[in-house]
Amino acid sequence: MNPILLTPLDISIAASLIILDAVLSIWLRLRLHRQIAIAAARMVVQLVAIGYVLRFIFALNNPAATLLLILIMVLVAAREVAARPERRFKGHSNLVIGFISVGFATFVTSILALTTAIRPQPWFDPHYAIPLAGIILGNVLNSASLSLDSFLGTVRRERQAIEARLSLGETYREAIAPLVREAIRRGLLPIINQMSAAGIVTLPGIMTGQILAGLDPLEAVKYQILLMFLLSGGSGLSALAASYLAAWHLTDERQRLRLDRLQ
Amino acid sequence: METALLVKELRSEFAGPFELNLGAGACAAITGPSGSGKSLFLRMIADLDPNQGEVWLHGTERASLAAPEWRKRATYVSAESGWWADTVIEHFAVHSRSEVAALAARLGLHVDLLDASIARLSTGEKQRLSLVRALLPSPPVLLLDEPTGPLDEESVARVEALLQERMAAGTSILLVTHDPNQAERLGDQRYRMVAGHLETP
Repeated sequence: MNPILLTPLDISIAASLIILDAVLSIWLRLRLHRQIAIAAARMVVQLVAIGYVLRFIFALNNPAATLLLILIMVLVAAREVAARPERRFKGHSNLVIGFISVGFATFVTSILALTTAIRPQPWFDPHYAIPLAGIILGNVLNSASLSLDSFLGTVRRERQAIEARLSLGETYREAIAPLVREAIRRGLLPIINQMSAAGIVTLPGIMTGQILAGLDPLEAVKYQILLMFLLSGGSGLSALAASYLAAWHLTDERQRLRLDRLQ
Repeated sequence: METALLVKELRSEFAGPFELNLGAGACAAITGPSGSGKSLFLRMIADLDPNQGEVWLHGTERASLAAPEWRKRATYVSAESGWWADTVIEHFAVHSRSEVAALAARLGLHVDLLDASIARLSTGEKQRLSLVRALLPSPPVLLLDEPTGPLDEESVARVEALLQERMAAGTSILLVTHDPNQAERLGDQRYRMVAGHLETP
């Protein structure tokens, strides 16, 4: 079974739903029509652009180009991780922490999946590597930013407790451990929810996409299960990396709590 | 008198340089307006804030010890106590219950408090319990930041009696207080902190 290809007309009909939203906004004075128009236009431009970029990279079929595109995606994700927490480090540390935790988790899980489970020939074939890295990125971005937000949000509030422990001669590692644990927990919750809800509350996007593209449901389900495992591993790694990197960055060689490194 | 704590050219971005020579079993009392750097000075000695300079304890330089080891010897007790678990007893070493109870009783705290949740304690109770927590391992130097600030007269007397007992046993105390009478009662050396500098009155 071949996928049903969409014509511009098919899409235009669906676009009329955006007009419906805009009419609703004007009629109910939601004052959202401008935002709806901008968001819809952005979405179309961004997606068409990435479509051309992907087509180009697939045609190049060059590992260096694939790697470069993935690195750019990681960088954009790192910016999101850095920008989301309400509290920030001074300087570029948020970005560095975001980049390392997201990049590390994405590379480890993607390479694992490409070399052991999916095994395209060659394993870095952009048709597989880029979409896979993209899906994993979206998830690890979420867990890294939740972990970072949790850690940075609680550390100032818990200052008295942490310094009390340090004053009594505990190591920084011991004193900060409850916050790190809580941050990692927070980063892992979404994927746990996603796994519990999969198939009952939601039909996950990848599976639905593959079914729409003509794949047998059970084959699509296998892919989805593989992905969920990858995503949970990736979330764990990025939550771990983001939490520990943030904790390390708030101390120094004398095991002090360096809140002066926060904005 | 034998020197216990020796502070040489201790300074940070915000305060100092400080010089101090404190004998074993002696107490240096520091008074001064809020924001003058009294707490900063104690925190610098405990190495809780970045600082330069030397601190020696009985001939051992601070820099030669790992920071946690140093803080076990020169223990800082902040004016606002910090707690990290739900109940009081969880903040103490596992088999120390009877010692905690004995010390707490000396400060006028009921033994039932040990199982109370932290959220239920008054500021004064927390302050005294944080003192118990610091006194229990008998560190040679105590850095006390307004240890009796929120306490009533009777509790103040109990705390001072306990501190004097520890001093007689050789513990050196650096005491920050707002009460000139307390400085008078406990301090063998008295200082006034003015804008980040120690002055002798």
